[in-house]
Amino acid sequence: MSIFSEVWDYLADGSNWTGTGGILGYLIQQLLLTGTALLLAVAVGLPLALWLGHVGRGGFLAINISNVGRAIPTFALLALLVTADWPGVATFGPFGRAGIATLIALTLFALPPIITNTYVAIREVAGDVKEAARGMGMTGWQQFRRVELPLALPLVAGGVRLALVQVWATATIAALVAGPGLGRIITSGFANNYYGKGIAGAVVVAVVAMALEVLAALVQRAIDPVPTTPTTRSEDAPQTNDLPTTA
Amino acid sequence: MTLLVSAAAEPSCYNRTVNDWWCTAYLVDYRSELVDATVQHLLITISAIALGIAIAFPMALLARRFTRLETGIMGVSTALYTVPSLALFPLLVPFTGISATTVVLGLALYALTILVRSMLDGLSSVPDDVRESATGLGYGRTTQLFRIELPLALPVMIAGLRVATVSTVALTTVGALVANGGLGNLIADGVFTNFKAELLAACVLCVVIAVALDVVIVLAQRFATPWTRTRAGA
Repeated sequence: MSIFSEVWDYLADGSNWTGTGGILGYLIQQLLLTGTALLLAVAVGLPLALWLGHVGRGGFLAINISNVGRAIPTFALLALLVTADWPGVATFGPFGRAGIATLIALTLFALPPIITNTYVAIREVAGDVKEAARGMGMTGWQQFRRVELPLALPLVAGGVRLALVQVWATATIAALVAGPGLGRIITSGFANNYYGKGIAGAVVVAVVAMALEVLAALVQRAIDPVPTTPTTRSEDAPQTNDLPTTA
Repeated sequence: MTLLVSAAAEPSCYNRTVNDWWCTAYLVDYRSELVDATVQHLLITISAIALGIAIAFPMALLARRFTRLETGIMGVSTALYTVPSLALFPLLVPFTGISATTVVLGLALYALTILVRSMLDGLSSVPDDVRESATGLGYGRTTQLFRIELPLALPVMIAGLRVATVSTVALTTVGALVANGGLGNLIADGVFTNFKAELLAACVLCVVIAVALDVVIVLAQRFATPWTRTRAGA
């Protein structure tokens, strides 16, 4: 089929990768957006959820924020932010057109998986382990720092990994509102009936998404303090999302 | 021309200069457009979920029967799930063209991932002694599946169905890329023509549809599994 050769030709032509509007520029922009939003979400969500989990409060909110996040279309939130007087479409440094709007949307959509998974991770630490820690005379902080946090770490990392997938996907959608990122290759291809270009952009986005996921899985495995056999499907598996809310 | 004149004669809350976010006159005047978009949104969502269930069910049964297949099926579907929707739809275009089929197929693939997982989780949540009793009572493989295991697995499976449905409603909007996004088409139009009333109305309708479908599923579950209700009430 000719469309496949069109995709191949677009990807094989070096001039499509460099310069303004090139694949590499957009790729770097989207990686920058993804990294910044993920850092912001971790900085805000992680301490909050760790604290809520430790004191065992706010569970309803921490669990349900993920359901709310799923029901709100990422495209809708981006569209609202871009059309509002602020943040609007103003260019924001290396983040490009509608940079602030995109960063806000990405950070908001990264929060639910981080908060829910972190909260559940801390709550799921076995009761007898916590009791033993208290019996040994640990203070609340020591119990958190030396018992709960290490045991919860793999699940917390899982939440960040889910957030990463979601942020990458949402960053792609930013192009639907003429925002920054690789999605622009896709939308401009489709807008100009140049489907080879649109599909070529989609291939790059999909390949990078899978690469990020593999990388995140490796990092998650590396920081597991108690390397166990791959998690088996247990009957009382913790109620975390083990799937991202894709966008 | 007449449209312009009449708009100038009686200024409404959605003309170019006023451009309010919330505008009841817009909802009245553009009623048919809103209804059409909502109907398309619902059709796409429901077809995608139905297709997802139709593929997920046999896949889950296969994965359960042949445990070797399970890792493969889960691996492929999870990898697929990491592909952003804006990239998945274009990848389907060479096969299905610029059509609603592309959107339905793409969304069904996402739903599939959630559904297969929840079906496997549900089936493995059936206690072994229940299974043993059923075998002891002389149930065959198929009757045991349909009369014992599936009813008991239903709550977990429906939890997955709810997640899949709500996220499918949200993802349908991205179908605007191929001009088949239901309310997403209105959102896209609202952004590019700076039409705030249209944009907000479409966004709100999306969330309303998601919540409404979720409620329908919960009610259906209560109806289908009366025993869980009596246990909770006791």
